[in-house]
Amino acid sequence: MSLDSATVRRIAKLARIRVDDAEVGVLQTELNAILGYVDQLNEVNVDGVAPLSGGAQMAMRLREDIVTDGEQAEKILANAPDRVGQFFAVPKVVE
Amino acid sequence: MAYSLEGKTGTWEVVCGLEVHAQVISESKLFSGASATYGGAPNAHVSFVDAGFPGMLPVINRECVAQAVRTGLGLKAQINLVSRFDRKNYFYADLPNGYQISQFEHPIVGTGDVEIELQDGTIKHIGITRLHLEQDAGKSMHDQHASKSVIDLNRAGVALMEIVSEPDIRSPEEAGAYLRKIRQILRYLGTCDGNMEEGSMRADVNVSVRKAGEEFRTRCEIKNVNSVRFVMHAVEAEALRQIEVWESGGEVRQETRLYDPARGETRSMRSKEDAHDYRYFPEPDLLPLVLEEDFVAGLKAKLPELPDEKRRRLCDDYGIPFYDAGVLVADQAMADFYESVAKGRDARLAANWISGDFFAAMNRTGKSIENPPVSGAALGELLDLISDKTINGRIAKDVFEEMVETGAMPAAIVEAKGLRQVTDTSAIDAAVTQVLAANQDKVAEYKSGKDKLFGFFVGQVMKAMAGKGNPALVNEAVKKQLG
Amino acid sequence: MSLLNLTIAGAAQALAAKKFSAVELTTAHNNAIAALNPRLNAYITVTPELALEQAKAADARIAAGTAGPLTGIPLAIKDLFCTAGVRTTAASKILEPFVPPYESTVTRQLLEAGTVCLGKANLDEFAMGSSNITSGYGPVENPWKRNGSDAKLVPGGSSGGSAAAVAARLALGATGTDTGGSIRQPASFTGLAGIKPTYGRCSRYGIVAFASSLDQAGPMARTVEDCAILLGAMSGFDTHDSTSAERAVPDFTAALSRGVKGLRIGIPAEYRMDGMSAEIAALWEKGILLLREQGAEIIDISLPHTKYGLAVYYIVAPAEASSNLARYDGVRFGKRVDGEDLIDMYERTRAAGFGAEVKRRIMIGTYVLSHGYYDAYYLKAQKVRNLILRDFNNAFDKVDAILTPTAPSAAFGLGEKMDDPVTMYLNDVFTVPASLAGVPAMSVPAGLSAEGLPLGLQVIGKHFDEETVFAVSAALERAAGFTALPSVRAE
Repeated sequence: MSLDSATVRRIAKLARIRVDDAEVGVLQTELNAILGYVDQLNEVNVDGVAPLSGGAQMAMRLREDIVTDGEQAEKILANAPDRVGQFFAVPKVVE
Repeated sequence: MAYSLEGKTGTWEVVCGLEVHAQVISESKLFSGASATYGGAPNAHVSFVDAGFPGMLPVINRECVAQAVRTGLGLKAQINLVSRFDRKNYFYADLPNGYQISQFEHPIVGTGDVEIELQDGTIKHIGITRLHLEQDAGKSMHDQHASKSVIDLNRAGVALMEIVSEPDIRSPEEAGAYLRKIRQILRYLGTCDGNMEEGSMRADVNVSVRKAGEEFRTRCEIKNVNSVRFVMHAVEAEALRQIEVWESGGEVRQETRLYDPARGETRSMRSKEDAHDYRYFPEPDLLPLVLEEDFVAGLKAKLPELPDEKRRRLCDDYGIPFYDAGVLVADQAMADFYESVAKGRDARLAANWISGDFFAAMNRTGKSIENPPVSGAALGELLDLISDKTINGRIAKDVFEEMVETGAMPAAIVEAKGLRQVTDTSAIDAAVTQVLAANQDKVAEYKSGKDKLFGFFVGQVMKAMAGKGNPALVNEAVKKQLG
Repeated sequence: MSLLNLTIAGAAQALAAKKFSAVELTTAHNNAIAALNPRLNAYITVTPELALEQAKAADARIAAGTAGPLTGIPLAIKDLFCTAGVRTTAASKILEPFVPPYESTVTRQLLEAGTVCLGKANLDEFAMGSSNITSGYGPVENPWKRNGSDAKLVPGGSSGGSAAAVAARLALGATGTDTGGSIRQPASFTGLAGIKPTYGRCSRYGIVAFASSLDQAGPMARTVEDCAILLGAMSGFDTHDSTSAERAVPDFTAALSRGVKGLRIGIPAEYRMDGMSAEIAALWEKGILLLREQGAEIIDISLPHTKYGLAVYYIVAPAEASSNLARYDGVRFGKRVDGEDLIDMYERTRAAGFGAEVKRRIMIGTYVLSHGYYDAYYLKAQKVRNLILRDFNNAFDKVDAILTPTAPSAAFGLGEKMDDPVTMYLNDVFTVPASLAGVPAMSVPAGLSAEGLPLGLQVIGKHFDEETVFAVSAALERAAGFTALPSVRAE
């Protein structure tokens, strides 16, 4: 499957990464090289094979419902690039 | 008499399905140990996991799982012993990880059923498609600062149950009834407090329209409607909008909309255009959720009696009408109050008093069933005084008002004010004789055919006896003396 | 006595025998780093004062008689582990100002064991790479040189800084992480021992996530024994990580002297690849011979889906990474680039903060998960992954461990293999399958290339059987007698 430049732009949008016109071409070539390589999986017959989901040897452990965390707003906000009082701040969003 | 809307080109049917997001009652969040309680200073109920810091990982809360199972059982739904979590990827300021942990292909609860009752008494069944667990997002506020939006992550990571109905709803009334029923079930189970004003329960409303006999047409989703009334309005407003689009030759576009209560209409949401590609994939930081049969059985055994069952039992055990029982079970605490009063007493009398004078007193005084205007014991005593004929119904009402005002017990009030019912026939006869003597013209009228005056005589006698006459004996005496 | 040219085991003995203090040991390393790190760039952040504080505490424990095998041992910590109060960058510009208010479980356990943190080691950005050239803080120079050449070589990646630091005598050991080979391949390129344990053996809590179903922490050191000591302290069940295995940690060092007599060692046919360099093939044969001589039984096995491992990896890892890296948005931490609105801010922040390789992988990952492509790519890859796991499970019915080369070549030059992304990816061909299956795998230095560069052999074991991996690796190490040292090193 080959990507065209419109698709590259759409993916960049989904990934929230700004790409300028010059980059689109380069990305298109590189991404197509990678996709070309992984296309070899088309050869593999996977009839009746379940997808692996990592660490599937165990069932999930459940945690007790007690409050063990929080009450540390300053630590939570300490690395914030912008804040207003005890809130994180971002450019205003219009819904 | 199915609901329909008249358009220019004919009659239209409304098709509606609701997705209810219900915040789970729990101490801590779904995947972190921070507090799940409402309120709290901004960003105080936030762990590094909730804030999406590098290297942070989710660990699931057993109680949230239990609450979802209880809710599934309350919806008469299939409990899936194996379910899985998936990531729903999108960017928004209130979503710290850039993805929400939800359940896509394998939810914890499958198909179920909810019974609703309409105004005219019809019972209808609305199907439940599924229920799954997911994280709630934080809160972003756009009116706290001139050029910035601010974010509070206290709510980020709180457990939500998303309850999806089948598109079985066919009118605003059904939508309202369904939503109220879901809320009632959640409150009975103690799995969600159902406070739509506070945002702990929200509804996304899916609406489409069609002509009778057609397949489903394109639907639109109206997000985050936060009251039952608004849901009902939104269904109609959106249906009318869609009918207009179809009838003017256009095509309804599948989109996400918001309901504007001030305008009474829906409008398109700008920020969600590209959000359709959520790139769901299994959450690699979690393992499959596997429930033991014992776990589910244990929860089932401890479930409280649900509204429909309680309603039927009250009818069976107490012989009260189905409608009255429905009023009583609207609130679990009210139903319990009723039973505490009705046990061992005249159940119908209790039902009448509670849904009548007692409800009125609650409204008037602004008190709730948790802090009632009169206690169950006091009301019970009052009913006993009526049943053993110590006082009559009319006097009982006055005593009740006094109870509400002073908090005094009824027997004490009756004694203090000398309100005992008079059953002494000679006293009654004397009063009747007096009244008839003072109204000879009316007696003549009665004898010549004006039967209605009977009530007048009874009323006058009761007045003369300060209301304390036994009504049945007074009636008898008046009849006898009139001949 | 050179305080730099020790093993961890040797240093612990010397500390116990009071040959020198922990403070002296750390001071020597601090000085070495100050002298040599500006050239090699093995560390992004150096923490000499913190290290001295920790060394003092270690001396107190040694004096009190409560020291353990790692007390006072100075380590390089890969800058992917969040260290409380110490800047953690994941070698990315986007995390340049980030100071974590929490400690990763693995490094907390190492601190509790009394180790000293010399600094945060350089790596490929967000652990994506096999050469350390994608780092936002400059490449790392491999302390090894080709015979008669001054050309700068790469140390491998992504744990390139960790490898270079240990090899150049700027740390006695290091933590690394391995997702597709990021411990084993740099270990091979720098003449070190390094192990990726079973998935779930070490906690991932506090490690900046790249590919969640593949990432594992592990040690890199000069000997197999040192790795066993370090892994013992790094491992263990953690309630903060739902994928952490609830299993007791055995004494890995006890396995070192087991030997390989009677063990069945599998040689997978499919690892003999077209165009495999004669040197690598010869090294592999040498390894087989050495093990046979020590009493192992050599058995030919088949791992039929080996050749698809890279394709699976380069779908699954970027997919998970595209989602794991969505949190780097300039809102709550890290560097922000202002924009006209929220979306513009996201787009500019991420464009400026991420390097080219990271962007490529996020884009591939986004694509293979996107609507219409999920089944053909991600779902398919996870099914083939299951086949790769089955291959290993079937093989382990017949053998106790598997021997393969670690990398298809020795360390290459800075600036080589740059034609296209795929050429770089081919470095991982031998290491990726073990990652996909979640089995433990170790690289042991086994010989030198014709140009004098280290070459490693890989030992793969069953799930949670690191002990057999250590037993075989130790036997190989003893037999191979690798003693060469890099020409660039502190003394």
